[in-house]
Amino acid sequence: MNFEEKLKSGKMVITSEIGPPKGTNIMPHIKEAEGIKDKVDAFNVTDLQSSVMHLGSLATSRLLAERGLEPVFQITCRDRNRLALQSDLLSASVLGIRNVLVITGDHTVLGDHPQAKPVFDLDSVSLLKVASGLMKGKDMVGNELDGIPEFFLGAVVNPGYEPQELQIMKMEQKIEAGARFFQTQAVYDLTSFESFMKRVLPFGAPVLGGIVLLKSAGMAKFMNKNVAGVNIPDKYINMMAAADKKDRPKVSISIAAELIKGMKTLCSGIHIMSLGWEKYIPDVLEASGF
Amino acid sequence: MLITKVKEREKIIAALRNKNIFVFKCFGCKEVYFPEEEIDSLLEEAGVKNRVARVDYLCREEFAEKYYKKYENILKDAEAVIVFSCGVGIQVLAKILPDIPVIPACDTHYINGFQGLTAQDADCQQCGECWLNITGGICPITSCSKGLLNGPCGGAKEGKCEVDKNMDCGWVLISERLKLLKEEGALHKKSTNIRDYRLIIEGGKRSEE
Ligand code: SF4
Ligand code: SF4
Repeated sequence: MNFEEKLKSGKMVITSEIGPPKGTNIMPHIKEAEGIKDKVDAFNVTDLQSSVMHLGSLATSRLLAERGLEPVFQITCRDRNRLALQSDLLSASVLGIRNVLVITGDHTVLGDHPQAKPVFDLDSVSLLKVASGLMKGKDMVGNELDGIPEFFLGAVVNPGYEPQELQIMKMEQKIEAGARFFQTQAVYDLTSFESFMKRVLPFGAPVLGGIVLLKSAGMAKFMNKNVAGVNIPDKYINMMAAADKKDRPKVSISIAAELIKGMKTLCSGIHIMSLGWEKYIPDVLEASGF
Repeated sequence: MLITKVKEREKIIAALRNKNIFVFKCFGCKEVYFPEEEIDSLLEEAGVKNRVARVDYLCREEFAEKYYKKYENILKDAEAVIVFSCGVGIQVLAKILPDIPVIPACDTHYINGFQGLTAQDADCQQCGECWLNITGGICPITSCSKGLLNGPCGGAKEGKCEVDKNMDCGWVLISERLKLLKEEGALHKKSTNIRDYRLIIEGGKRSEE
């Protein structure tokens, strides 16, 4: 079963992510993924995450696919205009990549090349629509394609964003434009996630709830201050603050497990963003009852 | 030099035919390409005689306030205001009339270096296909750091843009304005907006003629 079929089957699906390195040293990341491939159904490959220049998501996705791992190719609108975006989607298709996660992308000024030109010729909604058009055999101005790609298109949603109404509106637009699954920003508040899920359940698109492993109390505070839609409750911050450095992974795993157990009954899967802590993913899953 | 073009004639005439509309036409910048004759013929065709204000420098908040005061009685129960001006003028007026739909009747193609007052109260990037009618009179190109046309990115925190905490997120402002106008449903629309960058180039070309 591929990622799409698993989501359709109603089985709880687990995705994780690979952040390609700055440089060519990709093998350790691939090995890391291979090490957990029995536990993880698909691997997102980030596209110049946080607007920092990295090895590309297309090449990395292909390296995963070659090894029988299932990539979710992330593509943002920050760096390419509509010609390059369409071309890269076709490239993904011939490289055997089917799952595509379409994102508007962080602004260039937030990354390590703040001088760069921000492109944003298209955005998440319009790129989804364009990708759906390619699947029907037409480019975005209506020219016929010689060879038609097939994608399983996804998008992101941020359940903790205020005003929530705006995220829900965007989510509907993304579905209309062709998104078939959603992965969320990190969730730390199960009550608000539950009310979000109640509102979006009628849309019928499977949602994978986001988990970011906390590494320290400082990281939690930083996220609360700077990351949209993230509000980590004091109880988790205090748990992290009270832990010795060597115990932090253990505490972080138990927090993630608590959240995953709570989310399991509410959505279709879990998306774990481990930010370098890939090695703890099996422990997280085990502690969550997988 | 200021270049504006009247939007699709049929649509503007249809809008002008609604009851209880009010029209502003701005003729502030003297040495401009501004389709005055076309506008007057449009108004005539739509049968609009009264309820038209010929003004100048709508782009200045202090002036726009004055016009508002002058026409306050009629504007109070206007169902919509249709504006023939550059994108700045439309935005400034929309700020003063946050609960009345302010509809752009022109696309702004070129605005640089015109003689007259420098517009400071709002920003127009002369995209050549004014979107203010769907965004409650707040420019999505200049008030959103990414110039997004289909709603906000997920990056705003407490209403501030991900790029700078001192900057309001344009799309949060737009959604608040649309709520005030009772047009929030417009954001659930099914069509997808995509820019046509030719229009900027065309505007530039025209200015060289
Ligand atoms: S949408 Fe903005 S940039 Fe475009 S014409 Fe209107 S005010 Fe100017
Ligand atoms: S935070 Fe708001 S203003 Fe900033 S880029 Fe995103 S949508 Fe645009």
